[in-house]
Amino acid sequence: MVTCKQFLQELNVYLDETVDPETKRQWQSHVDECPNCFVIVDTTKKTLQVYKGMEPQPIPDDVRSRLWEALEKRMAAKKQAQT
Amino acid sequence: MTPTTSTPTGFDESSLVAQAKAGDQNAFAELVTHYERKIYRLAKNITRNDEDAEDVLQDAFFKAYEHLDSFKGDSKFYTWIVRIAVNEALMRLRKRKTDRTVPLDEPVELGEETVAREIAVWEDNPEQRYSKEEWRHILDEAVEGLKPDFRTVFVLRDIEELSTEETAESLGISVPAVKSRLLRARLALRETLTRQFKRKGEDLLGYL
Repeated sequence: MVTCKQFLQELNVYLDETVDPETKRQWQSHVDECPNCFVIVDTTKKTLQVYKGMEPQPIPDDVRSRLWEALEKRMAAKKQAQT
Repeated sequence: MTPTTSTPTGFDESSLVAQAKAGDQNAFAELVTHYERKIYRLAKNITRNDEDAEDVLQDAFFKAYEHLDSFKGDSKFYTWIVRIAVNEALMRLRKRKTDRTVPLDEPVELGEETVAREIAVWEDNPEQRYSKEEWRHILDEAVEGLKPDFRTVFVLRDIEELSTEETAESLGISVPAVKSRLLRARLALRETLTRQFKRKGEDLLGYL
């Protein structure tokens, strides 16, 4: 018999589906019978979904131009040191 | 030399790295262009500070440039640059902490037990109720609310999509530590977002 607490502790394994089928089945029956854990699984999955595939925002122009300015300086210095 | 615009189809990381190691600065520039947004996001997510994030962005690429020779190519360049950036970011985060300039973290208290308090079904497609900017803001704020230890693990595993092992290595912590922090982080975020997105009129189903 899986308790809610045990189930939550193994939630990541359950979600990542790296678990062996027998254990998964035990946990699955807990999820099927426990409305709370069912909701937790569902909302955790949704939480992960909203963050996965979030494209990074463009870097602010001023931050980006300072990065490239500084990088070009470094590169020029290295080139000069090599010649 | 000007920053090039990267095309996902034409990006060949390993040959660019080889060219950069041989002294081709344009190849290195292309690597920077390809990863700068991700590194900046990572830096911001960990430090939660614009100034620190900018420093991390610059220093990570400077260090990568200076130490390119020592990059052996047994891991991906991306993993390597992430590791450098994480180190830079954590260093600044610790500095700020001792300066006490960072507000105290008020994470969802999970204590020793793994608990869930907010148990409610989400409304359908919550993103449709918000503008793009509002949506991003809600998600960013939820991540920012995590304790630094949890936040860093969540950012590496679930946003930057590093493996558990890569995350452990980047942070210098054990695999079990990554796993338990990730669980706490995910549950804490779930709580925060559920409070925001739960279906109206849907009350707590109960306590666990």
